[in-house]
Amino acid sequence: MSGLLQASAYESWILHALIWLPLLGILGVLASSEERAKHFAFAWTSGLFVLSLGLLWAFDPAGPLFQFTSDAPWIELWGVGYSLGIDGISLFMILLTTFIMPVAILGAYRYIGEKRRAFYALMLLLQTGIVGVFASMDLFLFYIFFELTLVPMYFIVGVWGGERRVYAAVKFFLYTALGSLLMLVGILYLYIQAQAGGAPPSFHYLELLGTPLTLGEQLWLFAAFALAFAIKVPLFPFHTWLPDAHVEAPTPGSVVLAAVLLKLGAYGFIRFVLPFFPDAATHPTVVMVMLVLGVVGIIYAAWVAAVQPDAKKLVAYTSVAHMGFVVLGIFALTLNGLQGGLLVMISHGISTGALFLLLGMLYERRHTRLIEDFGGLARVAPLLATAFVITALATIGVPGTSGFVGEFLALLGTWERHPIIALVGTTGVIFAAYYMLPMVQKILFNELDREENRTMPDLSGREIAVLAPLVALMVLLGVFPTPVLDRMEPGARAVVEYVEETTRDGSLLEAARLDRVDTQSRFVHDSGRHELLISPDPTWSLSDRSGAFRIPDDHILRDEG
Amino acid sequence: MSESTLSAVAADVGQVAGGGFDPVLPGLILLLPLLGFAVNGALALASGSRSATALREGREEDHASSARPLTHTLPTWVGPGVMLAAFLLTAVNFVGMLGVELAEPVIRTYWTWMATGALSVEAAIQLDQLSLIMMMVITGVGFLIHVFSVGYMKEDPGYPRYFAYLNLFVFFMLTLVMGANFPMMFVGWEGVGLCSYLLIGFWFRDREKANAGKKAFIVNRVGDFGLLVAMFILFAVFGTLDYQAIFGAAPDTLVYGGATVTAVTLFLLLGAAGKSAQVPLYVWLPDAMAGPTPVSALIHAATMVTAGVYLVARSSVLFAMAPVGAAAVATVGAITALFAATIALKQYDIKKVLAYSTVSQLGFMFMGVGVGAYAAGVFHLMTHAFFKALLFLGAGAVIHSMHHALHATHKDWDAQDMRNMGGLRRFMPATWITMWVATLAIAGIWPFAGFFSKDEIIWYVGTSAPASVLYTVLWGMAIATALLTAFYMTRMMVMTFHGPNRTGGAEAKHLHEAPLNMTIPLGILAVLSVFGGWINVPGSVRDSFFGGFGLLPMSDWLDRWLEPLTATAYQIRVDQLGAYASTSPVGGGHVLWGAIATGLALAVVIIGARVVGSREIRPAVDSPEPTGFGKILHDKWYVDELYDRILVRPIQSLSRACWRWIDQVIIDGTVNAVGSMARGFGWFGSLVQTGQLNTYAFILTLGALVVLGVLIL
Repeated sequence: MSGLLQASAYESWILHALIWLPLLGILGVLASSEERAKHFAFAWTSGLFVLSLGLLWAFDPAGPLFQFTSDAPWIELWGVGYSLGIDGISLFMILLTTFIMPVAILGAYRYIGEKRRAFYALMLLLQTGIVGVFASMDLFLFYIFFELTLVPMYFIVGVWGGERRVYAAVKFFLYTALGSLLMLVGILYLYIQAQAGGAPPSFHYLELLGTPLTLGEQLWLFAAFALAFAIKVPLFPFHTWLPDAHVEAPTPGSVVLAAVLLKLGAYGFIRFVLPFFPDAATHPTVVMVMLVLGVVGIIYAAWVAAVQPDAKKLVAYTSVAHMGFVVLGIFALTLNGLQGGLLVMISHGISTGALFLLLGMLYERRHTRLIEDFGGLARVAPLLATAFVITALATIGVPGTSGFVGEFLALLGTWERHPIIALVGTTGVIFAAYYMLPMVQKILFNELDREENRTMPDLSGREIAVLAPLVALMVLLGVFPTPVLDRMEPGARAVVEYVEETTRDGSLLEAARLDRVDTQSRFVHDSGRHELLISPDPTWSLSDRSGAFRIPDDHILRDEG
Repeated sequence: MSESTLSAVAADVGQVAGGGFDPVLPGLILLLPLLGFAVNGALALASGSRSATALREGREEDHASSARPLTHTLPTWVGPGVMLAAFLLTAVNFVGMLGVELAEPVIRTYWTWMATGALSVEAAIQLDQLSLIMMMVITGVGFLIHVFSVGYMKEDPGYPRYFAYLNLFVFFMLTLVMGANFPMMFVGWEGVGLCSYLLIGFWFRDREKANAGKKAFIVNRVGDFGLLVAMFILFAVFGTLDYQAIFGAAPDTLVYGGATVTAVTLFLLLGAAGKSAQVPLYVWLPDAMAGPTPVSALIHAATMVTAGVYLVARSSVLFAMAPVGAAAVATVGAITALFAATIALKQYDIKKVLAYSTVSQLGFMFMGVGVGAYAAGVFHLMTHAFFKALLFLGAGAVIHSMHHALHATHKDWDAQDMRNMGGLRRFMPATWITMWVATLAIAGIWPFAGFFSKDEIIWYVGTSAPASVLYTVLWGMAIATALLTAFYMTRMMVMTFHGPNRTGGAEAKHLHEAPLNMTIPLGILAVLSVFGGWINVPGSVRDSFFGGFGLLPMSDWLDRWLEPLTATAYQIRVDQLGAYASTSPVGGGHVLWGAIATGLALAVVIIGARVVGSREIRPAVDSPEPTGFGKILHDKWYVDELYDRILVRPIQSLSRACWRWIDQVIIDGTVNAVGSMARGFGWFGSLVQTGQLNTYAFILTLGALVVLGVLIL
């Protein structure tokens, strides 16, 4: 496998391909007939997924932090570059995207009935935007991709959505556009500030990293960035666009929204907010606000979910609860917490994506999303019921499914620094059962008392093909998450330790202490390659673009001693 | 601790560790039930799909016909078959361990489950004296119950699904007791809860039954919350979650009676109370009787509900270091035992009597492990598995027979209400005799199994008295509970089997003894309910009249067997709280109190049989509602109603208020106000109508960005 990848110079073209081939696919979609557009879109995105699988082998967890890097000038006057590169975190976000896209498209073959070419064109455009966000090493580029995801999603909800689609679409657009405009201001401020020392203009991530900022500046910029990402996550109380968007969106829209688009927010926190504004992100008040909002989200959203009559809305609220665990994991600023948060992101993408697909399948059969319109479906659709139950279990984090590992690590990591917050957050496991099991019962169990439901067909071959890989992944990631955790660890460790080191005198000194022994051995082991992120000196060497942060030599020597 | 991280096969084959004990294919013991689940699960899906097709076409499938499809014949062999194989394999390992002095557990590591930073959790199993005793009970009693189920569930359309769940349950139960670290145990812990949920709600068409399953899961999750928190604290302190590392380091790392270890044990207790149905989390277990009766025998009597006792015994070192935590365990156990026994006095549903009896007996086990008598707790766990499984299976045979009789004449009576039974001994003699054996065992009468195990617990509770006056109170509660137990069990037996038959003349013709594949398991369990107690006869009793002057030879075997696991905890307890007293709180030694206990229990059985037998009992439809204090007991002290009032409904109201007020009024109100200003432009709305403007919008956004960028620059 690796031989094949090497021979084809996979490293050098894969990220470009994953970003731009979806756009090329739009031509194919537009060229095919209304009837066949879906087949083309499915085949195209499946091909992209197969291509992206090579990343698993090509990515070297022991290698540099950022891999597959490339750098080309774009708008030289402003220092904007077409710079790409991924670490283990972006790696799995990209894989999740390329995986969920064909699944979402295949799962809604029947759902999308009109203007199909336009729909699949927008889905492909969306994929370009999402992969672009995760692969960008240039903040200008990142911002463009970030905004780009907004447009196709707006139309997907607004054109193919349900009755209140216009309201939902506008709400979605305004909410997120408002947030990201503030972030743009933040990016530009950072960009200007970085040139204050006489450096040439650049939007490159590694060049902007370590830009000297006062605490006051950091707090303002933190607020600007955090608002954009908090809306995207969504963090309580910025979440109300999500239930509306989910309920109105067509199935594939909901799937992509839940599985991937929400992750842009959390990803933004990890990639930008923490490393750019470490003093703000570790400021005790800020940390406490974020953690409390996360934990409130977990419980509040679970409660609100439990009383929803609309199944899709219920699942939408569970997304808010899940992302609460992610926020805990991120702002606990421990390696375990961050790894757990990342795993929750992946697991949530798979299980909630599957739930939306299942609800879409029910909607196609009965044209209703109301829980009370179902009941006893396990008798008439046992395959659907089985998939539904397994997915529900993964959603509420039963051990042996992917949901457990993520939540367990996130809470464990949070406990290391904030036991009370973790304690309250752990009650989320109780409330998860409180919202999920009644819905499962009312849809699948009880008496099959509605005549319309008695003739409901079970899963078709196509639908089995859609759900089987999702269910398999839920179990696989629950039993053997190591391949994911191993590849994400350097990236997560880099963020946690960078924040720790740059705020050395701050409150976070204790945070990663438990992990120090491992770190030190890694330093010694990898010292020749200069790739780890730690530096006590926040001013970065501008010439080093090897895709990694430099460790001063004395640091290595000290650790060897 | 084993350092090997070899693959499953390599680990299973030919690696000698642990002082000469070489386990035989331990991984396969786990794998077999999982395999059974896979096969039966596939059959269940096939059978379910067939029924669904029939349903859609508007015809009900005929399951009573003689031509049973493959999906309904194969599980008969696969379900019990994998259990027999697992039992034999466990027995081989048990015999292998008998001959060696195993000081350290044998650990087999299969793969790294969760590893990040300092945390490393292996998918590893642990074989030691405790896990093997548990495995013997699980696979042995489990096998018998599987065999019984073949007869009991034969006509059910969900037959393959039933065995799929049952096999899956055994897999998780084995994982629970074989796991070598807390997270592995937690996999089994929540897994058995899941299977319990699925099996309680097995007849999910009935809303009540589906509700019962849901309630069990949610209440159990309250306990699971405690267990999770305990794990977080343990990891923060020890940096690992492996049993061996934690229990090895605990005496030196933790402060005796300190806040940390007390917190850990109290959270562990919360977890244990959830799974083992202790106060205040016991409310799910009586409802769990909605499941098929063999399920009640296996899950809600013999195995799953004892997981809390296992947890405390497993964590004995921690509980020994936390006197408050240990006392809390004993107190919770005593309260639960007495409380549940009072409710059992006035229940008419035969399964409800047994359910509250189980809650009560679990309370005894908690008392045992709470006062540091870990071996006694495990001892009672084991004997209880025998006689309570027997009682439930016997009740199942009765219900089965009653159901047939009532069904034959289409009589709309409750097949589980003891008031509708009476005189069944004439129709089902084998069930009658075996259930009496179990009743005498649970009542604590010499030389039945329960006598030895229950009295050992009561004895240890009493002799803990020098440590605190609390234990004298608990001792009194334990004795009172034991007498209540003898009474309500006698009441159940008399109402069911003795006196005139109340089922009805036409119906009585259809009452019959259960088939052989149901009565043979009853017989085997009856034998175990007698001799099972002889493995741990105290030395002093053995040499007395009650030990038949040495005729009960295996004195203190279980105590010694479990010693490698309990020695540290025992030593800590003796060092800190002093040794157990040699006499009860009011004087008298082991043998005397054994005599008093068995004499009192026997008296209660005889007098109780007279009293209940002399009452006039009428069928349920003709019976008056209980009144006065009896009504309070019958209505279970109104605890469910209380929880509903102070917990369930407030949370639901609060949930609705959050949604209607915070989400829809406060947050969305603000958003909409802002939004309506922005919508003054009317720009976005018009874009939607044209539909084809996607590229246009993209360019617009880009353009806006560029302009904005230029302006700022």
